[in-house]
Amino acid sequence: MNAPAGADWTADEMMTVAAARALRPGAACFVGIGLPSTAANLARRTHAPDLWLIYESGALGAKPDRLPLSIGDGILADTADTVVSVPEIFNYWLQPGRIDVGFLGAAQIDRYANINTTVIGPYGEPEVRLPGAGGAPEIAASCREVIVIVRQNRRTFTESVDFVTSVGFGRGPGDRERLGLRGGGPVRVITDLGVLEPDPDTRELTLTSVHPGVDPEQARERTGWELKLAPDLARTQAPTPAELAALRALLQTQR
Amino acid sequence: MATILPLDEAVRRLVHDGDTVALEGFTHLIPMAAGHELIRQRLRGLTLVRMTPDLVYDQMIGAGLADRLVFSWGGNPGVGSLHRFRDAVQNGWPGPLAIEEHSHAGMANRYVAGASGVPFAVLRGYRGTDLVGQTATIKPITCPFTGEELTAVPALNPDVAIVHAQRADRAGNVQLWGILGVQKEAVLAARRSLATVEEIVDELAPVPGAVLLPARVVTAVAEVPGGASPSYAQGYYDRDNDAYQAWDAIGRDRAAFTDWLRREVHGRAGVSGGAA
Repeated sequence: MNAPAGADWTADEMMTVAAARALRPGAACFVGIGLPSTAANLARRTHAPDLWLIYESGALGAKPDRLPLSIGDGILADTADTVVSVPEIFNYWLQPGRIDVGFLGAAQIDRYANINTTVIGPYGEPEVRLPGAGGAPEIAASCREVIVIVRQNRRTFTESVDFVTSVGFGRGPGDRERLGLRGGGPVRVITDLGVLEPDPDTRELTLTSVHPGVDPEQARERTGWELKLAPDLARTQAPTPAELAALRALLQTQR
Repeated sequence: MATILPLDEAVRRLVHDGDTVALEGFTHLIPMAAGHELIRQRLRGLTLVRMTPDLVYDQMIGAGLADRLVFSWGGNPGVGSLHRFRDAVQNGWPGPLAIEEHSHAGMANRYVAGASGVPFAVLRGYRGTDLVGQTATIKPITCPFTGEELTAVPALNPDVAIVHAQRADRAGNVQLWGILGVQKEAVLAARRSLATVEEIVDELAPVPGAVLLPARVVTAVAEVPGGASPSYAQGYYDRDNDAYQAWDAIGRDRAAFTDWLRREVHGRAGVSGGAA
């Protein structure tokens, strides 16, 4: 727990609230399960009721009144504007750049926001075999912007990733353009400690905001590279009572 | 034209050792009961194809049916890892498992190419990822019109596609709705196909947004109520999220899994409907 002493919220709640705030009203948002789905549905219940949620199972404009466990729960199809096939969601919606925001998680992430969800250790002799790519590589490539939500520690924030499942900024400036990736790439990595954003010139993830009660040194200690701090390092606004109430009510719906 | 058969007979006729078999259904309508019948018939040397292996392939891999897996996301949705899949890849238990790994976009396009009768599909995908270096079925291609560098993936044409649907009529026309996944493409791409259905009815009333698989592209239909459980069939029953969570403990442990297999699959010969 990194919440300040006496706070009535946890670091995970802060992370989810910060992620929800990052979503603009009306945006088309490609949602993965877990924290991204929680954050997106929180945004829909707070400042962005018209957020257009897209799940890779083909539900466009889903408006679930409870949190789904999987990306294909029946509640998503029941409440969607329309349901399309899997080839259609990827070919007609994601690939041409119709999605504003893609949300991704990570097992490993490096300073250029390249993400590994495939394997820890060598591919041929894995220490830990992870689920793999799913929709992530093309979400990372084609959404106008990408937001990553992940808890911050040295196991996850690594100097280099064991496998590039989804490209952030490759090896630095110009790589996305060279690869022909048409989306803008990661704009924000939201963790339980703060927010990291790519430096506009070097594209390196830089700490731009710390959550209340977090010392920037903690974030540096829990990062596997020499984490730079933005000169105008901000302090994240603590969750408001309204945000916390909405989040807790949302989580109550999962069971 | 589709033949209506009992599930065990349909599997005996359509699926053979060494076949490339695709069981599709994206979270919804997963043909679990058909997977269990493949396990009971002790098929061997299969190449299993599926975007999201899910519990059904975790069980089939753990039971030793597969030599090879073609897939794009091997997790337990909303829960975590698939431990039988992981044990096979990391430790070769119960036997070595070769993998051919893609992204969802790549797999979906491979089925589209297979259904379309062309040898490959083109997409914007994979560029800059390490999948390119690990998977031989991902290749760069230059657009002959613009010169742009894109990615090609080969068509998937399984020997057999197996899907689950809400219902069929007595002629074998199959109707499914809700989350549609990639079932239409898988059936049209395959040489043979089996649809298990919740019920066989006299007439298929239209349903908004439904997909109809005409009987002429379906080889066999088997009536298996509950055949998608613990996944779900929209309009019939909900996803059993508790069962997905309970699978984590069963799948983690070889002995617990072996015991589950004996009890819930081999012990249920002739029982139609989804075990687990």
